[in-house]
Amino acid sequence: MARILILFAHPALEKSRVHRRLVERLPELPGLTFQDLYEVYPHFDIDVHREQALLEEHDVVVLQHPFFWYSTPAMLKQWQDLVLEHGWAYGRKGTALVGKKLFNLLTTGGLETGYRREGHNRYTVRELLVPIEQTVRLCGMQYLPPYIIFGSHWMSEPDIDTVAERYREFLVALHADRIDFQRAAALETLNAALEEIEASR
Amino acid sequence: MSGQDFLYQAFVYLAAAVITVPLAKRFGLGSVLGYLLAGIAIGPYGLRLLGSEGQDVMHFAEFGVVMMLFVVGLELQPALLWRLRAPILGLGGFQVVLTTLVVAGVAIALTLPWKTALAIGLTLSMSSTAIVLQTLAEKQQLKSEGGQSAFAVLLFKDIAVIPILAIFPLLASVHRTGDSAGGHESTTWLHGMPAWAQTLAVLVAVAVVVGGSRFLLRPVFRAIAQTRLREVFTAAALLLVIGIALLMGLVGLSPALGTFLAGVVLADSEYRHELESDIDPFKGLLLGLFFIAVGATIDFNLILAKPLLVAILVAGIVIAKFAVLFALGRVFSLSRDQGLLFAFALPQVGEFAFVLFSYGLQEGVFEAGVTGPLVAAVALSMALTPLLLVFNERVVQPRVGPSAAGEERKADAIEEETAVLIAGFGSFGSTVGRLLRANGVATTVLDLDPDRVELLRRLGLKVYYGDASRHDLLVAAGAERARLLVLALDSPEKTLALVHTVKKHFPHLTIMARAFDWEDAHDLVEAGVTRVYPQSLDTSLRVGVDALGELGFRAYHSHRSARQFQRHDEESLRQLTAERRVSRARYLTAARKRIEDLERLLEADRVDRGSDRDLGWDAETLRDEVRGTGA
Repeated sequence: MARILILFAHPALEKSRVHRRLVERLPELPGLTFQDLYEVYPHFDIDVHREQALLEEHDVVVLQHPFFWYSTPAMLKQWQDLVLEHGWAYGRKGTALVGKKLFNLLTTGGLETGYRREGHNRYTVRELLVPIEQTVRLCGMQYLPPYIIFGSHWMSEPDIDTVAERYREFLVALHADRIDFQRAAALETLNAALEEIEASR
Repeated sequence: MSGQDFLYQAFVYLAAAVITVPLAKRFGLGSVLGYLLAGIAIGPYGLRLLGSEGQDVMHFAEFGVVMMLFVVGLELQPALLWRLRAPILGLGGFQVVLTTLVVAGVAIALTLPWKTALAIGLTLSMSSTAIVLQTLAEKQQLKSEGGQSAFAVLLFKDIAVIPILAIFPLLASVHRTGDSAGGHESTTWLHGMPAWAQTLAVLVAVAVVVGGSRFLLRPVFRAIAQTRLREVFTAAALLLVIGIALLMGLVGLSPALGTFLAGVVLADSEYRHELESDIDPFKGLLLGLFFIAVGATIDFNLILAKPLLVAILVAGIVIAKFAVLFALGRVFSLSRDQGLLFAFALPQVGEFAFVLFSYGLQEGVFEAGVTGPLVAAVALSMALTPLLLVFNERVVQPRVGPSAAGEERKADAIEEETAVLIAGFGSFGSTVGRLLRANGVATTVLDLDPDRVELLRRLGLKVYYGDASRHDLLVAAGAERARLLVLALDSPEKTLALVHTVKKHFPHLTIMARAFDWEDAHDLVEAGVTRVYPQSLDTSLRVGVDALGELGFRAYHSHRSARQFQRHDEESLRQLTAERRVSRARYLTAARKRIEDLERLLEADRVDRGSDRDLGWDAETLRDEVRGTGA
């Protein structure tokens, strides 16, 4: 059983359609912790000790957020700056996170076709997430490809239901150790990992 | 009546009520039945503590009904009344007409002359506003659909009494010209006037009541409130009700209807809750007195003389009315359980019947032989109502399977109360209210400064005048259904008193209290308030932050430091309160220790960057590691 920590960052959840549904539909699993950063730290005064303790208690870290300017909302940057301390997360003595897994769960307004070499964003989401990937590697963690929900601008309510249900299934599979991390690391997205599991069944 | 005599009577009435009402409540029978039993117990056929003055007492106590309708009106905004127009005219109208026809038909079949039969029919179509509203309110069924329908019918009857009184003289078969000066409200100085003048007088009186309530009363109440003498306000409230009753009596309208109108007009005003809670005890006592009087006037001699006749009359009346009501409930598509509640609530004959019978006697509509048994039957049917409702609640409803959820939802729709109450709307409370309002959250505000209330209402806020530490006023403002109570009163004593009241009567409310100083904050925490806000903390911290800025500190640093200070302060409040309870001496040392703690922590934040704060922004260890001097 994988213990999963979801670090959720959305500055206006009340206006979000997709994230609100994802959050509502989160599975209730032992060892799954949901940390709503904007709700807990409205002034960005992150409690470093508390956040480090949470990281220590979990195996897989999910950064759940909308894709703002090819990156995370400001809170998650603040979180990285403050929580991933030298001597704890990295550096000669910083080994607290070694061996843990991390991936981004993110939503984009635009469609997948925009995130290609020939698309107007010119890079794939995975490429754009390189700063996080490198941060994670420096901390000795394994970086997994992002789980991406593309095209939120175009989604109808039933569409949102569908993606929320898929994500829920993914978390359940992750929790039950049904994801092969070695294989998944090579994929472009983690969504594909879920499809592989289903295909192999 | 001598003073001694009056005291004796008051003693008897009060003692009877104090003994029987709690007993009746204990057996789940409701207060109305308790009062009726008290009346029977002390009446001429019980302990004979009272003579035959029951009838007089009843006339006096009828004023309780007038007050009740005033209070009912206060709770009924014009918009709600307008929404009820269909049930009032439809249900109420059909009920009166159908019941009258059925009863008159039976009476004609019993070979009574048609005029007398019609008069009996009209009289028996009345229901008891006093008993039904009191009982339903006690059971909290007044806001259910069935309760609302019952209320609509009762309202229609209160209005219908006026034309009925007007046509009674036309139904006189035993011709007797009444020079009846000593009667009740129906005999007026308008009697001799032409019809158009009477109509005009009635219209003028209604206009006076509505217009006066709308435009005159608010400044008057405001001036009175400014005296800050509660009893004067109470006196003014009573004066208003009595004044309207007198005016209505003068032009031959029902006083209950007049005060009801005034109540509706005042339902929008800031004095609504205060008026309600001022009139309420009088209303309650007078209604109790009225019910006792009804109990005392039940003529057991007559009942014992003709038990069968009276029993048949009571059963006939109740069954006929029940049938009409139940059928109407179906036609007006009430749900099954609500239809039953409606039908079980109204099958009695009301107090107006006594008025109509005596008026009819006087006008020569009835003969004494006819009214005697009927009056007894009416009183018995009233006594039966609370029992019928208990029967409905315990035996019938469990079988029907009440659609409880649906009922709840409908009750919500009528609900005018808000989730947040704010007590005290000075600069502190008003800021809270404004922020909530800016986010679309409606609040109910209670404040004791009439000028401020007036001003805020003009700005369109829902503000009421009144002392929020009074339990009755809190109830009137909807504390039973609210979620949050913001305490922003201007004195620690009042705040604490209110906290105790709320903890006792409304434990579900989350209290958010403004504290004046540390001492006061401790008291609040000790009283069980979890959300305590020292009033000057945020402001003084802001001054501190700005002062740091003036001295050249970076703004982000001083802001974070202030928030840390605040968190630490809140933590200390709780710890120190716990320690204070143990011993006063220890509190002093503990307080000193906390202050030292705080100093140390803040010092660390500023100087000792290596400790544990915000390392990520400036890690000396990283610098050391890179330079190879590593720790």
